[in-house]
Amino acid sequence: MHWQSFEAFIAMGGYGFYVWTSFGITALCCVFEVCQLRRRQQQLVLKEAT
Amino acid sequence: MPWFFAIATLLVLAGLYLSFFVAPTDFQQGEAYRIIFIHVPAAWMSMFIYLLMAAWAGFGLALNARLSFMMAQALAPTGTMFTFLALITGSLWGKPMWGAWWVWDARLTSELILLFLYIGYMALQSAFEDSRKADRASAVFLMVGAINVPIIYFSVKWWNTLHQGASVSLTKAPAMATIMLWGMLLMALAFWAYSIGVALWRVRCIIAERECEAGWLNNLREKE
Amino acid sequence: MKARHKRAAFIIAGLIALAIAAMLVLNAFRSNLVFFYTPTQVVKGEAPQNTSFRIGGLVEQGSLRRTKNSLDIHFAVTDTINRVEVIYSGILPDLFKEDKGVVAQGKLDNNGLFHADQVLAKHDENYMPPEAAEALKQAAEINQKTSKSLVMPEAKP
Repeated sequence: MHWQSFEAFIAMGGYGFYVWTSFGITALCCVFEVCQLRRRQQQLVLKEAT
Repeated sequence: MPWFFAIATLLVLAGLYLSFFVAPTDFQQGEAYRIIFIHVPAAWMSMFIYLLMAAWAGFGLALNARLSFMMAQALAPTGTMFTFLALITGSLWGKPMWGAWWVWDARLTSELILLFLYIGYMALQSAFEDSRKADRASAVFLMVGAINVPIIYFSVKWWNTLHQGASVSLTKAPAMATIMLWGMLLMALAFWAYSIGVALWRVRCIIAERECEAGWLNNLREKE
Repeated sequence: MKARHKRAAFIIAGLIALAIAAMLVLNAFRSNLVFFYTPTQVVKGEAPQNTSFRIGGLVEQGSLRRTKNSLDIHFAVTDTINRVEVIYSGILPDLFKEDKGVVAQGKLDNNGLFHADQVLAKHDENYMPPEAAEALKQAAEINQKTSKSLVMPEAKP
């Protein structure tokens, strides 16, 4: 562990914006894809019910 | 399928821990290099998923197997997502390190072409009403587009590019500290598990949707 | 020929046409995809004249000069064989350093001076902690010293 403080961890040596945006967009994309699939499955269940 | 998501979650947690708390600072790029832990695995996945789709498409054409086409179809959105992520994280990495969000070098351009190939495949797949025809046409499209993957991979060797060469390859020792390499490999494995989970889930949906459609068509024919 | 076969043939012909088009596009790219020229190519006159192009190489050690009270920067790009002087006015990327990779876009004037309007840093594919880099550097220096001392006696016959 080499971070002096929580602030230093967030700052990422001045590159915080780039690093956290990258990881954030990746996480958002994955969550979005899983939600999309869940919705697709729910619609199928509804269709089969009718 | 839930198993793959469980494995993916565990691997992501381990990978993130290595990436942020164990892996040291880089000697040239400081902390900004940490983007590598998603950029490189995403780029690997973008190329690998495409090859996998082309292989499924080839199987489908050779054996006339519908499930094979559906596997290719199920992988496409995930591959598109990873291509998009490779481009966007590369851009976020290029700005502070190279000094530009985007340059038209061979590596970046061919990766952008890969994104268009994915989008083109999905457009072609949805352009036909008859799913059999859609499968065949888009399978040929996929296989033709596969030549782009070696172009992406070797672009940094064949041409002068701003993008640096491969840090990790089968032919030479990795040009990376071991602990950094481990972080990257864990993240890559996590993306693998995630992709398998998502693709299996989506292929189930596609199978059910096609069955639904077939049933609906049969009903219509009976009424006539 | 059945209608179905005709349609299939039509689709396949279309796809082949598409493939050929794609090949042509890629081929056109091929000649254009040279992202930068090396100083040697520039000195030989292989780089385009009067149009903007990119030059790539290492920032020569000790060549970096900044002008006082302005953003003008003067440096030389080298590939260890030939060198090209570059003048640039603007902000440099974080990784811009002497003895490190650089790619500059701009035009060559008649005196062989390259007027850059964009400067990009090119880094290599090595990633390691600073301590490891320091250790490697020291090892290289020691190596150089020993190899020099080994070469010396042979050098003067």
